[in-house]
Amino acid sequence: MNKGQGLLTVRDIHIYYGNIHAIKGISLVVRKGEIVTLIGSNGAGKTTVLNAVSGVLKTRQGSIDFEGTRINRLSPHSIVRMGISQVPEGRKIFSRLTVTENLEMGAFIRNDIKEIVKDMEGVFELFPRLRERRGQIAGTLSGGEQQMLATARALMARPQLLLLDEPSMGLAPLLVETIFDTIQRISEEGTTILLVEQNALMAFVIATRGYVIQTGRIALEDKIENLSKNEMVRDLYLGGDLD
Amino acid sequence: MSYLLNPQVIIDQIINGLTIGGIYALIALGYTLVYGILFMINFAHGEIFMFGSFGGFAALTYFVNSGFSDTHPGLSIVAAFLAAMVVSAILGALLERIAYRPLRNAPRLAPLISAIGASIFLQNVMMLIIKARMQVYPDIIQEEFLEFGWFSISYFQLFIISGSVLLMVGLYLFIQKTKTGKAMRAVAEDRDAASLMGIDVNRIILITFVIGSALAAAAGVMVGIYYTQIDHMMGFIPGIKAFTAAVLGGIGNVPGAMLGGYFLGLAEAFGVLFMPAEYKDVIAFGLLVLVLIFRPSGILGEVVSERA
Repeated sequence: MNKGQGLLTVRDIHIYYGNIHAIKGISLVVRKGEIVTLIGSNGAGKTTVLNAVSGVLKTRQGSIDFEGTRINRLSPHSIVRMGISQVPEGRKIFSRLTVTENLEMGAFIRNDIKEIVKDMEGVFELFPRLRERRGQIAGTLSGGEQQMLATARALMARPQLLLLDEPSMGLAPLLVETIFDTIQRISEEGTTILLVEQNALMAFVIATRGYVIQTGRIALEDKIENLSKNEMVRDLYLGGDLD
Repeated sequence: MSYLLNPQVIIDQIINGLTIGGIYALIALGYTLVYGILFMINFAHGEIFMFGSFGGFAALTYFVNSGFSDTHPGLSIVAAFLAAMVVSAILGALLERIAYRPLRNAPRLAPLISAIGASIFLQNVMMLIIKARMQVYPDIIQEEFLEFGWFSISYFQLFIISGSVLLMVGLYLFIQKTKTGKAMRAVAEDRDAASLMGIDVNRIILITFVIGSALAAAAGVMVGIYYTQIDHMMGFIPGIKAFTAAVLGGIGNVPGAMLGGYFLGLAEAFGVLFMPAEYKDVIAFGLLVLVLIFRPSGILGEVVSERA
């Protein structure tokens, strides 16, 4: 495989909510094997960008290419088949389905039943809590368990690119660490990751590169070590208390 | 009112109630499946039931004229059911595609008006086909009664009761166990999240219409066999009553529609012991009013919460 080649290439996209121009020309690249993070304050447009990649939102201008194929006119379900899975904001697990059924839905695009069973074992390995609760109705899980389920469900599609939207939201600090450790493990097993986070401190621990979004535009793009030295990033997103 | 204490009368009415209740339940399932996914009432569902009944009628008539039913009566009936289900399934799919899908994101009133329009359109199409004349279902099997000491049950009733239970068990297993069934539940809960799983939401919605329509068609053939006379308006009252049954059980809830159907069937069967048979419809709609006042979410319905 061509390491360093762009797996996902977003070029100058514009997105509107009605008349509101939410994304004003954003370009970004995610290469194979990377963990790229998108940071920015509330309402800057991070989730909007992810939703454009997964096809939930349509771009008005610009292009999104995945492995050389234009995907910004495809429906979300076809984009999943191309190898992109999203852990949406607010998790959006199927609360009336059991944990196992949620995972089965994650593997909806696949028909290799034996491999699906194997992968389910794999995600149970990653999230042992889910194994204990496999027969339970997902709506009865705790917030942290629901985040685990949402992540595990996305992995069941065997994505090449995993889009993670605020995996730390609403979780206790200890759980946040567990989730981020797991994200790192997922990356080490060969999945490329695009991570949207408000908790930049955590995102910087695992990410290789980062983009800073401000009001619908990219303000900065750099390797994490450089971003974490940047004064503006430190003041605005790291609370100035790194080290 | 001494006959109320007669166990034979009570058992007869239970059998009648289960027969008609099974038919209501089969139709009610179509309302509830569609509502569960689209939050709309398919008011043309009664006409899908009517078309199914005519599909079965056409097949049976053909088998009688060709002499096939003389040699293979059982097979003829099975084939008539299949023909009816295919007719209604296609009709349901067309209805979704033409009358509802273009209005998917329109205000809620628009698909409702479209449904009523489709309903009137389909009644008139059938009226033209049959030239507004009542049709009589060919009787392939003579109605006979099975005697069990102090009560009896007709073959038709036994057939309808067991057939509707069989179809409902099949539907329940399909929804609970198959991949498509689970996807239906996922789409019903959250369409966007389902599409992020790679589920083609439009396809699942189409399948939902197809399944609901096929069940209504089965009910249509049962009504044809049981009551023998059918016409283009036959979908109206059973349609509204099955809708009542779906609301009674909790609209959107599959076991609720089954329960509501039987509840309504039994209520009507026992109601005629207390008042003249012409008041049968009053019982159904009176029950609907009571449920809407005291338990608007229905017997098994969850309290509907606003989705974010």
